[in-house]
Amino acid sequence: MHPHRDESLVTLPNAPHPNHPTSLARTPLYDLSVALNARMTEFSGWEMPVQYSGITREHQAVRAAAGMFDISHMGKFRLQGTDVLTQIQQLVPSDLSRLQPGQAQYTVLLNPQGGIIDDLIFYFQGTDVRGQQQWVVIVNAATTDKDKAWLLEHLDLIDLTQLTFQDESPEKVLIAVQGPQAVQKLQSLVAEDLSPVPSFGHLEGTVLGQPGFLARTGYTGEDGFEVMVDPEVGKQLWQALLELEVVPCGLGARDTLRLEAAMALYGQDIDDATTPLEAGLGWLVHLDRKGDFIGRPVLEQQKQSGVQRRLVGLQMQGRNIARHGYPVVAQGQVVGEVTSGTQSPTLGQAIALAYVPTSLSQVGQSLEVEIRGKLYPAVVVKRPFYRRAR
Amino acid sequence: MALEYPDDLKYLDSHEYARLEGDIATIGITAFAIDQLGDIVFLELPEVGDAVEKGEKFGTIESVKAVEDLNSPLSGTVVDCNTPLLDAPEQLADDPYGEGWLIKVRFTDVTELDEALSSEEYRTLVEGE
Repeated sequence: MHPHRDESLVTLPNAPHPNHPTSLARTPLYDLSVALNARMTEFSGWEMPVQYSGITREHQAVRAAAGMFDISHMGKFRLQGTDVLTQIQQLVPSDLSRLQPGQAQYTVLLNPQGGIIDDLIFYFQGTDVRGQQQWVVIVNAATTDKDKAWLLEHLDLIDLTQLTFQDESPEKVLIAVQGPQAVQKLQSLVAEDLSPVPSFGHLEGTVLGQPGFLARTGYTGEDGFEVMVDPEVGKQLWQALLELEVVPCGLGARDTLRLEAAMALYGQDIDDATTPLEAGLGWLVHLDRKGDFIGRPVLEQQKQSGVQRRLVGLQMQGRNIARHGYPVVAQGQVVGEVTSGTQSPTLGQAIALAYVPTSLSQVGQSLEVEIRGKLYPAVVVKRPFYRRAR
Repeated sequence: MALEYPDDLKYLDSHEYARLEGDIATIGITAFAIDQLGDIVFLELPEVGDAVEKGEKFGTIESVKAVEDLNSPLSGTVVDCNTPLLDAPEQLADDPYGEGWLIKVRFTDVTELDEALSSEEYRTLVEGE
């Protein structure tokens, strides 16, 4: 057997590689994952667990109970100063001025063409008596350096009372605890009452007696928290969650979970050449509520004349699985491309995200996906593919 | 848990095996391949009567994350195909050398297997020295 493509998370080697290249970065939880017999893979310069007990089993644990992910490879920034809001408002299409202390906004950094530099979350912690705003920013691992360079280039860091930028990426562990039982399991290790924290709410709390940042966010479509702590606390938290029977999950399940929830993967579903309006992220574009920002003219123009293509959800009508890069066909013509696709463990059917012309993007539209030279039927369906019961 | 590689099979370094009975070869994939792939969710096989070529693709296997070609160890004609597996590909993992066989091929030239690996050679390849 030979792998079709290099970007698959599980590639089958012709012989095993017991010694991975040492140039790959490892998170502080690496040894704990190895101790759990995790299968490791290279992911944007990091040696990360792709699976522990199996992707389907891990996926189901998150849907039915609770799972945890080492996402310490993600970028973690702190912004502080009197002028943070004014400056970051210039970089995103969302109106961050609405955020109250303890609230957060999922949004995107845009280039002048309206393309997405990264998708990320801004967490507003509040303003102290000296007028210093505190913000936490969590970004994708693969884009941490790019985002940092963009922020340092576009933020005015001359007057440090107005704005300071701190990169805590290498110093912190980030663990996502996700699933219907996630909050209840995590609660026993946290001093503060987590139950009143709303979705996208967050707090500086006490994890195993130590300071930690807790946010009710995630990338699975389930309830849960993402917890940022010092490495030693992170290791203890991982072990404590294991003892509470929270199932360790790798990047494989993370991908199937986020795809069922129709959450975009940067570099695959969205990138520098796609705008948030094309990507179905119009809900985070607040043109009417805020002033200028980088990329605004392009989004205004797209809003006025409509986008040419849209990211849609596809459901395959047979067993064949549409994958990243496969052509989407209508009436014999290639009209688009699959950006993500997998067999959905929850639905038992093949699902995909794909860019198609706006005229072919309505729910119920019949299309075809070319798989290994043959065409297979697919239908545009509502996103997300999976929505949790509340 | 040690994986098994039965002595009576011939192996390719691309993880297919062949079991010879007369002029018929039963072809499948190894326990190592299945372990590496993880949960198998899709299988595509040729039809009875199709020709297969040594070293050429005869089908496709997909796990949740990976798509892999299946390569034939021998040239010949497909005489049987494990079609029930197509609707339940996850069952392949339960018994890769028995119920999880993929196709049966009537082959013409047994010397095509001369360079295939023995059980021991294959084990050494996948497990290291």
